[in-house]
Amino acid sequence: MELVLVNLIDGLVTGLLLFMLSAGLTLIFSMMGVLNFAHASFYMLGAYFAYQISIALGFWMGLLIAPLIVGLLGAGVERYGLRRVHQYGHVPELIFTFGLALLIEELVQFIWGKNQMPYSVPEALDFTAFSIAGNSIPAFKIFMIFISIGIFIGLLYVLTKTRVGMIIQAALSYPRTVEALGHNVPLIFMGVFGVGTALAGVAGVIAGPVLGTFPGMAFVLGSIVFVTIVIGGLGSLWGALVASLLIGWITTFAKTYNIRMSDILNGIGISTPENLDESLFRDFWSVTSPQIADILPYIMMVLILIFRPSGLFGKRSS
Amino acid sequence: MKNTTKLGCVSALSLILGASAAFADTVKIAFIDPLSGPFASTGTNGLHQFQHAAEYVVNANGGVLDGDMFEVVGFDNKTSPKESLIQLQVAIDQGIRFIVQGNSSGVANALTEAVNKHNRRNPDSRILFLNYAAVDPALTNDKCTFWHFRFDANADIKMDALTDVIAANKDINKVYIIGQDYSFGKAVSAAANEMLAEKAPNMEVVGDELHPIGKVKDFTPYARKVVQSGADAVITGNWGADMLGIGKAIIENGFEGPIYTYYGAGSGMTAAFGEGGKDRIRLITQGAINPIGSEEARQTYQAFLERYPDGNIDQSRIYNTIGMLAQAINDAGTADDVVAVATALEGMEYESMWGGTLYMRPQDHQLIQDMHIGVHTNDDIEFAYDGSEFGVKTESTVEMASMDIPTTCEMKRPDPS
Repeated sequence: MELVLVNLIDGLVTGLLLFMLSAGLTLIFSMMGVLNFAHASFYMLGAYFAYQISIALGFWMGLLIAPLIVGLLGAGVERYGLRRVHQYGHVPELIFTFGLALLIEELVQFIWGKNQMPYSVPEALDFTAFSIAGNSIPAFKIFMIFISIGIFIGLLYVLTKTRVGMIIQAALSYPRTVEALGHNVPLIFMGVFGVGTALAGVAGVIAGPVLGTFPGMAFVLGSIVFVTIVIGGLGSLWGALVASLLIGWITTFAKTYNIRMSDILNGIGISTPENLDESLFRDFWSVTSPQIADILPYIMMVLILIFRPSGLFGKRSS
Repeated sequence: MKNTTKLGCVSALSLILGASAAFADTVKIAFIDPLSGPFASTGTNGLHQFQHAAEYVVNANGGVLDGDMFEVVGFDNKTSPKESLIQLQVAIDQGIRFIVQGNSSGVANALTEAVNKHNRRNPDSRILFLNYAAVDPALTNDKCTFWHFRFDANADIKMDALTDVIAANKDINKVYIIGQDYSFGKAVSAAANEMLAEKAPNMEVVGDELHPIGKVKDFTPYARKVVQSGADAVITGNWGADMLGIGKAIIENGFEGPIYTYYGAGSGMTAAFGEGGKDRIRLITQGAINPIGSEEARQTYQAFLERYPDGNIDQSRIYNTIGMLAQAINDAGTADDVVAVATALEGMEYESMWGGTLYMRPQDHQLIQDMHIGVHTNDDIEFAYDGSEFGVKTESTVEMASMDIPTTCEMKRPDPS
């Protein structure tokens, strides 16, 4: 039973981290209709910048400065890249962000090399917060949880309770009307893109020490972020949160408990073939949940697309 | 004796053939390994060591034959067997006769098959596959071919040495085995189970698990199971980002015992483990770095550091591979007739600067060598890894490990032409 609690915490950490990435992506999508393929690359940049800054000024300055730089870079990309490409339609925008992702990965390798970076947890947080039946929960993970929840609440507050948020929401649905009312819509777009990438940067800063800082980190996380926002519903902040947590918990539990495919199949009344070694479906029968844990979100995405194409919280658009 | 006569005939023949092209040219070696993606660092560091080995060990000493120089050319296979076959074809089209590869036994399996097929169909442009790190035992057993040579100890040999150490350690009663879900991960698990059952019947294997290779973002849940199982030690064959991920997660989440690894050092990993991994991460490897095998090895390492200040020689077998290839080419008297070169490699005894004599077993083309088990530490380290203060210090050595390990290989040798 203690393990369930530990898993809930671990899944929460994974889920919230995923949320910080998907929140920015889903905001950008709902605003501009652009699927930003380079989003995970900004996450990687966050980690590398924070590592570089942490050498000179320590982890905390990294946490403060790195997301700012990433956000500025993101805003720059929107202002000088995407906005020019925008007039040619969505496909060129997609290709632009895709190219950007490759470019950033190459740049990172060029500057920092291909090795793992020794970016580690700051000493102030390098201790065990508490342990449950021998499983220690590092203080850094608790810190990650608080940061992510803080960001979610802040984001929700700005979007729903402030004037800026109202303008953003209005610009989401009726950009021309908002423009006619005298608001600078391109500036809002740039701002949202900047904030979205800065969020990815924050995720990089706090995930780098735990998940490793290396040129492949964007690639490993990139696809799962898209899965998250598709499951949650494109453009929905709540959807992103629910989907992230769902994926976090499902993968964590699937990895921890050895559920065998044969057990499930036997459970629903299909008996194991007598001669498994010669059976066509041998691999299928012998699959266990830890083996496929990281593929489960993709299966979920396919199911969602079939049964509820707009996602859990998305509004169907024509 | 028989070999020598054949060798003499072949070299005489090649001398006649080679007479028209007697001026010095280059012997190209194709390095087919990941240079991008999650395992890029492992591949790139390997390439650096190959290039340095070729230049320092061979070219600086006048090359092979009458001054032919070695050149190592990198081909990026993105760790994909499919991509590797494309790159192999590119290398063959460039006239390259020697292929080196090491990362992923899945790729190595695909390459041996492709090389075998190519050599059968194209007797005029045959190629050799020198495997410096892919350790799936099948490559020198069921799937062995005349065209494949392995310079690393295979998974069974490494596990043999590792389990000797584990069985001798009285504090270890329960072990947990975790690995990547492909041929090599499965081979490690099978060998560990079998050998532990034989050497330490009271040892309990409390967990035996595979995870997807290169796809896991967070290893925490796996680490939880390790802690939960009450294991005293962990055995893993993981490499690259997967090795660092599992190691860090296990240490951070409260596991206290040693972690026995195949590839838990170098490529940025040693620096990233840092203080947390001290006296915890253990590594089975050939070639002693701390203390270093010989004065020559020390100078080689220093020369390498001058060229790549942030690099490591974490795969010293690469120097053996290049050294043995050079010696085989010199013995055969040709770099074009790979049958002669392969014949010269078979049964070769080679004094390695990293310590010990190496012996290329003719029956399965598996190199037999000393194995060392080292620990990640910052005490008594002459050559640290990754520009950190940490390195791997040898704790115990098994000489000519598994010299008599049985093989199921039935080598088909090409007909003497």
